[in-house]
Amino acid sequence: MRISRVIGNVIATIKHPALAGAKLLLVDEEDPAGGTRGRPQLALDTVDAGEGDRVLVVDEGNAAAQVLARPRGPIRTLIVGVIDEVDPEPRA
Amino acid sequence: MQLGEVVGTVVCTRKVPVWSGQRLRLVQPIREDGKPQGRPVVALDVVSSGEGQRVFFVKGREAAQAIADPVNPADAAIVVLVDRIET
Repeated sequence: MRISRVIGNVIATIKHPALAGAKLLLVDEEDPAGGTRGRPQLALDTVDAGEGDRVLVVDEGNAAAQVLARPRGPIRTLIVGVIDEVDPEPRA
Repeated sequence: MQLGEVVGTVVCTRKVPVWSGQRLRLVQPIREDGKPQGRPVVALDVVSSGEGQRVFFVKGREAAQAIADPVNPADAAIVVLVDRIET
Protein backbone atom coordinates (compact mmCIF):
# COMPACT_ATOMS: atom_id res chain seq x y z
CA MET A 1 0.00 0.00 0.00
CA ARG A 2 1.16 3.54 -0.63
CA ILE A 3 0.41 6.88 0.96
CA SER A 4 -1.44 9.06 -1.53
CA ARG A 5 -3.54 12.18 -1.74
CA VAL A 6 -6.97 12.47 -3.27
CA ILE A 7 -6.57 15.19 -5.87
CA GLY A 8 -9.88 14.99 -7.67
CA ASN A 9 -13.23 13.49 -8.25
CA VAL A 10 -13.99 11.70 -11.52
CA ILE A 11 -17.45 11.74 -13.00
CA ALA A 12 -17.98 9.26 -15.83
CA THR A 13 -21.33 8.15 -17.13
CA ILE A 14 -20.06 5.49 -19.46
CA LYS A 15 -17.85 2.91 -17.84
CA HIS A 16 -17.28 -0.82 -17.64
CA PRO A 17 -20.18 -2.60 -15.90
CA ALA A 18 -17.78 -3.72 -13.13
CA LEU A 19 -17.43 -0.05 -12.21
CA ALA A 20 -21.17 0.66 -12.11
CA GLY A 21 -22.06 2.64 -9.01
CA ALA A 22 -18.44 2.95 -7.98
CA LYS A 23 -17.05 6.16 -6.55
CA LEU A 24 -13.98 7.02 -8.58
CA LEU A 25 -11.34 9.38 -7.29
CA LEU A 26 -8.10 10.63 -8.71
CA VAL A 27 -5.15 9.92 -6.41
CA ASP A 28 -1.47 10.75 -6.56
CA GLU A 29 1.21 9.09 -4.47
CA GLU A 30 2.95 11.20 -1.88
CA ASP A 31 6.54 12.10 -2.34
CA PRO A 32 8.53 11.87 0.91
CA ALA A 33 9.69 15.42 0.12
CA GLY A 34 6.16 16.62 0.81
CA GLY A 35 4.49 16.93 -2.58
CA THR A 36 3.02 14.30 -4.84
CA ARG A 37 4.69 12.37 -7.61
CA GLY A 38 2.65 13.81 -10.44
CA ARG A 39 1.47 10.42 -11.65
CA PRO A 40 -2.24 10.46 -10.98
CA GLN A 41 -4.19 7.22 -10.97
CA LEU A 42 -7.85 6.45 -10.95
CA ALA A 43 -8.88 4.61 -7.78
CA LEU A 44 -12.10 3.05 -6.60
CA ASP A 45 -13.02 4.40 -3.19
CA THR A 46 -14.13 1.84 -0.57
CA VAL A 47 -13.89 4.02 2.55
CA ASP A 48 -15.76 7.21 1.66
CA ALA A 49 -12.70 9.35 1.12
CA GLY A 50 -12.90 12.87 -0.26
CA GLU A 51 -10.84 15.39 -2.08
CA GLY A 52 -7.76 16.48 -0.13
CA ASP A 53 -7.75 13.38 2.08
CA ARG A 54 -4.55 11.52 2.69
CA VAL A 55 -5.31 7.92 1.89
CA LEU A 56 -3.94 4.43 1.72
CA VAL A 57 -4.00 3.12 -1.84
CA VAL A 58 -3.51 -0.46 -2.91
CA ASP A 59 -2.56 -1.12 -6.51
CA GLU A 60 -2.55 -4.87 -6.93
CA GLY A 61 -5.01 -6.90 -8.96
CA ASN A 62 -5.79 -9.56 -6.46
CA ALA A 63 -6.31 -7.09 -3.64
CA ALA A 64 -9.09 -5.41 -5.53
CA ALA A 65 -10.84 -8.70 -6.16
CA GLN A 66 -10.57 -9.58 -2.46
CA VAL A 67 -12.13 -6.46 -1.08
CA LEU A 68 -14.84 -6.01 -3.67
CA ALA A 69 -16.14 -9.53 -3.00
CA ARG A 70 -17.31 -9.93 -6.53
CA PRO A 71 -15.90 -11.55 -9.61
CA ARG A 72 -12.67 -9.99 -10.54
CA GLY A 73 -13.30 -7.13 -12.93
CA PRO A 74 -10.93 -4.76 -14.68
CA ILE A 75 -10.04 -3.00 -11.41
CA ARG A 76 -6.70 -2.85 -9.64
CA THR A 77 -6.45 0.41 -7.74
CA LEU A 78 -8.43 0.92 -4.55
CA ILE A 79 -8.58 3.38 -1.69
CA VAL A 80 -8.64 1.17 1.42
CA GLY A 81 -8.07 3.64 4.27
CA VAL A 82 -8.17 7.29 5.26
CA ILE A 83 -4.95 8.25 7.02
CA ASP A 84 -5.27 10.21 10.27
CA GLU A 85 -1.54 10.53 10.77
CA VAL A 86 1.84 9.02 10.07
CA ASP A 87 4.07 8.92 13.12
CA PRO A 88 6.71 10.16 12.68
CA GLU A 89 6.10 12.05 9.47
CA PRO A 90 8.35 10.81 6.66
CA ARG A 91 11.23 13.13 5.87
CA ALA A 92 13.09 13.46 2.64
CA MET B 1 10.62 -11.46 1.13
CA GLN B 2 12.40 -8.16 1.17
CA LEU B 3 14.56 -6.40 3.75
CA GLY B 4 13.31 -3.09 5.11
CA GLU B 5 13.38 -0.70 8.01
CA VAL B 6 10.29 0.44 9.87
CA VAL B 7 10.20 4.22 9.60
CA GLY B 8 6.77 5.01 11.00
CA THR B 9 3.27 4.03 12.00
CA VAL B 10 0.28 4.80 9.81
CA VAL B 11 -2.89 5.53 11.72
CA CYS B 12 -6.16 4.99 9.87
CA THR B 13 -9.38 5.12 11.85
CA ARG B 14 -11.40 4.59 8.70
CA LYS B 15 -10.20 1.57 6.76
CA VAL B 16 -11.54 -1.59 5.21
CA PRO B 17 -13.35 -3.43 8.03
CA VAL B 18 -11.28 -6.60 7.62
CA TRP B 19 -8.22 -4.65 8.83
CA SER B 20 -9.78 -3.39 12.05
CA GLY B 21 -7.33 -3.80 14.90
CA GLN B 22 -4.40 -4.35 12.53
CA ARG B 23 -1.28 -2.24 12.76
CA LEU B 24 0.03 -0.55 9.65
CA ARG B 25 3.66 0.50 9.40
CA LEU B 26 5.59 2.55 6.92
CA VAL B 27 8.54 0.48 5.71
CA GLN B 28 11.53 1.76 3.78
CA PRO B 29 13.05 -1.02 1.65
CA ILE B 30 16.80 -1.17 2.29
CA ARG B 31 19.83 -2.91 0.90
CA GLU B 32 21.96 -5.21 2.98
CA ASP B 33 24.24 -2.30 3.87
CA GLY B 34 21.24 -0.39 5.24
CA LYS B 35 20.99 2.13 2.42
CA PRO B 36 17.43 2.92 1.35
CA GLN B 37 16.33 1.54 -1.99
CA GLY B 38 13.09 2.60 -3.61
CA ARG B 39 9.97 4.14 -2.19
CA PRO B 40 8.46 3.46 1.23
CA VAL B 41 5.47 1.13 1.41
CA VAL B 42 2.72 0.72 3.97
CA ALA B 43 2.54 -2.83 5.27
CA LEU B 44 0.41 -4.83 7.69
CA ASP B 45 2.41 -5.58 10.82
CA VAL B 46 1.70 -8.95 12.36
CA VAL B 47 4.93 -9.28 14.36
CA SER B 48 4.72 -6.10 16.47
CA SER B 49 7.62 -4.30 14.89
CA GLY B 50 8.84 -0.94 16.12
CA GLU B 51 10.30 2.15 14.59
CA GLY B 52 13.89 1.71 13.47
CA GLN B 53 13.70 -2.07 13.40
CA ARG B 54 14.93 -4.18 10.53
CA VAL B 55 12.29 -6.45 9.15
CA PHE B 56 11.48 -8.66 6.24
CA PHE B 57 8.23 -7.95 4.48
CA VAL B 58 6.38 -9.82 1.79
CA LYS B 59 4.91 -8.00 -1.19
CA GLY B 60 2.14 -9.06 -3.51
CA ARG B 61 -0.95 -11.14 -3.02
CA GLU B 62 0.64 -13.41 -0.43
CA ALA B 63 0.68 -10.46 1.97
CA ALA B 64 -3.04 -10.90 2.54
CA GLN B 65 -2.33 -14.36 3.94
CA ALA B 66 -0.55 -12.77 6.91
CA ILE B 67 -3.76 -12.23 8.87
CA ALA B 68 -6.46 -14.70 9.89
CA ASP B 69 -8.94 -13.60 7.24
CA PRO B 70 -7.10 -13.95 3.93
CA VAL B 71 -9.88 -12.13 2.09
CA ASN B 72 -8.38 -8.68 2.47
CA PRO B 73 -6.63 -6.23 0.17
CA ALA B 74 -3.11 -6.25 1.66
CA ASP B 75 -0.23 -6.12 -0.82
CA ALA B 76 2.55 -5.85 1.78
CA ALA B 77 3.01 -7.41 5.21
CA ILE B 78 5.85 -7.47 7.73
CA VAL B 79 6.47 -11.08 8.65
CA VAL B 80 9.95 -11.26 10.23
CA LEU B 81 11.77 -9.12 12.80
CA VAL B 82 15.47 -9.39 12.14
CA ASP B 83 17.68 -10.08 15.18
CA ARG B 84 20.78 -10.37 13.06
CA ILE B 85 21.90 -11.57 9.67
CA GLU B 86 25.01 -13.73 9.55
CA THR B 87 26.72 -13.96 6.21
